[in-house]
Amino acid sequence: MSDEKTKLLDVQGLTMRFGQNTVVHNVSFQISEGETYGLVGESGSGKSTIGKCIIGLNRPSAGTIRFGGEILKPGQNLRDIQMIFQDPMSSLNPRKKVSDIVGAGLDIHKLCKSPQERSERIEAMLERVGLSRDQGQRYPAQFSGGQRQRVGIARALIMNPRLIIADECIAALDASIQAQVVNLLKQIQTETGTSFLFISHDLSMVRYLSDRIGVLHRGFLLETGTPDELFARPAHPYTLNLLASKPSPNPIVQFRPETHYDYETSGILYENGTWHTMEGSETHKVFCTDVEFEKWGLGT
Amino acid sequence: MADTAEIVLEVKDLDISFRSAGETVHAIRGVNLILRRGETVALVGESGSGKSVTMKAAMGILPDNARINSGSILYRPEPGAEPVDLLKADPAWIRKNIRGRSIAMVFQDPMTSLNPTMTIGAQLIAAIRAHETVSRKVAFDRAMTLLAEVGITEPERRMRQYPHEFSGGMRQRIVIAIALSCNPSLLICDEPTTALDVTIQDHILDLIVSLQEKRGLSVIYITHDLGVVARVADYVNVMYAGRIIETGTIIDVFYDPQHPYTWGLLSAIPDTESGDTLYSIPGTPPVLTKDPVGDAFAPRNPYALEIDFKEEPPMFRISETHSAATWLLDERAPRVARPEALEARIQKMREEAADYVR
Repeated sequence: MSDEKTKLLDVQGLTMRFGQNTVVHNVSFQISEGETYGLVGESGSGKSTIGKCIIGLNRPSAGTIRFGGEILKPGQNLRDIQMIFQDPMSSLNPRKKVSDIVGAGLDIHKLCKSPQERSERIEAMLERVGLSRDQGQRYPAQFSGGQRQRVGIARALIMNPRLIIADECIAALDASIQAQVVNLLKQIQTETGTSFLFISHDLSMVRYLSDRIGVLHRGFLLETGTPDELFARPAHPYTLNLLASKPSPNPIVQFRPETHYDYETSGILYENGTWHTMEGSETHKVFCTDVEFEKWGLGT
Repeated sequence: MADTAEIVLEVKDLDISFRSAGETVHAIRGVNLILRRGETVALVGESGSGKSVTMKAAMGILPDNARINSGSILYRPEPGAEPVDLLKADPAWIRKNIRGRSIAMVFQDPMTSLNPTMTIGAQLIAAIRAHETVSRKVAFDRAMTLLAEVGITEPERRMRQYPHEFSGGMRQRIVIAIALSCNPSLLICDEPTTALDVTIQDHILDLIVSLQEKRGLSVIYITHDLGVVARVADYVNVMYAGRIIETGTIIDVFYDPQHPYTWGLLSAIPDTESGDTLYSIPGTPPVLTKDPVGDAFAPRNPYALEIDFKEEPPMFRISETHSAATWLLDERAPRVARPEALEARIQKMREEAADYVR
């Protein structure tokens, strides 16, 4: 793997308990400088909780999160890590002008020397995300869903963050608008080299944006690899099920999963798993027991 | 067409507007739709395209600020029976005989369609007894059978539980059980799986398809997900800005799409083949406070002709089952090929289909 210095985010053994429930079990992953890591899972898999732990909205029960080599404490590095939320309507203050929403970070951290500099930076940022300069004078309600999400992206991006956490940021948008926002994020990736943690339930959207993907179920990270590896050779039965469940837009071919994966009846106990590396790859790993690794035909 | 006796629902020239905040939104601008017995018709479109409003009109549950300007919704509960115009029928009669009885509806969010303070059993029994005079005992037994039919194990114990004790998928099964409780002949599903995880969606779609086969239900399926359409529907209607812009069998529309908006929707589906950028339709859907001049899609349409900005295209007939409202189908229009990427995708779909059949 890459050397220590280029690891921007290093999550080790992250565990999160709420009362009796453990919602994240010993999850570890790294994001390098300029890399996009996609975290995929269903509702209740713990994917948003992991995002919240990193940005400091949740205090992890165990484990360490290093950012740029330093251990991250809640409330630290708020400038360098920014978040884009799922529902742009509930994450933007409806009583504030868009220019003030986008400029909030600049104001809090007192990053502008003059009002001219402030409005110049805000307007440039609005243009950057595909809005017009004068739209800054409007309120969130006057925008469509896709435009509101662009405002959310502008607010995150204006801080020049080193890491952006995008939590289901396209789930609430219509199909034709989803594609626009995905393409905008992709463009930002290549132009700024910002690292992304892209959290989503939609594996097929994640593959467009991610360099590596982690599949999460019931708080356990089960499989990780590049999009090509995961799609070409899904190793864990859960990943397979996730891939097969997405209805295909081909009416004649309805790819049906041979068996519906059900954790309760599968006989798999995630607690017993360890990491196994797939043959011929350094990045493609699956979390299971030695016996399962053999049984699924993943060994040699 | 020829056999009108088998038509369950026929929407003709439906035109609806809403008044809100001093403005009139012309949400439905001439919708025509036919559903035959035992078939599934899908309505696809983005939010605001009018797909839900059309069906709410049929159920008589439009909000108070809606005005039906013209049109009719003919419903024929039994084969060969005299059709009733649901838009002219007495609301009390609809409430008693149609809504929840002969036509049932399943909504997106099962948590908001169930009563959190009542047990599942009480809600099922109430639904049955609201429409039929049967004893509690008969209703109880029927409720148990229904729960088993929608795949809920241990129905006796489950009857005593509250909605919050069920997962999202299980709740949607219960909503479907309630919808089926009065033996409807038409089931309207409005985004029934949008709030569910893909793996759960799969189970619910299976359930709906199998129930339909078993009970001979006619189904209208409202969704924005073309993958779901391909899975469940026989016919598909693509809606844009209050009109149906393309209609056909799923084979017509997925293998031979004609309208540039349909091209865009199909191209924007993330493919399992990797590509660098995802195709996106530029711009946003129009706000219908002003009637669009010409084709409502023209400002977002890279293939728009001059006439598209002046005159609204009529429905051009491509085959017995397939029509689309685009000037590109006029005989005077220049020949425009579908985008290459989409053509490649369709080609791949054909190859997959050939493999699959073999």
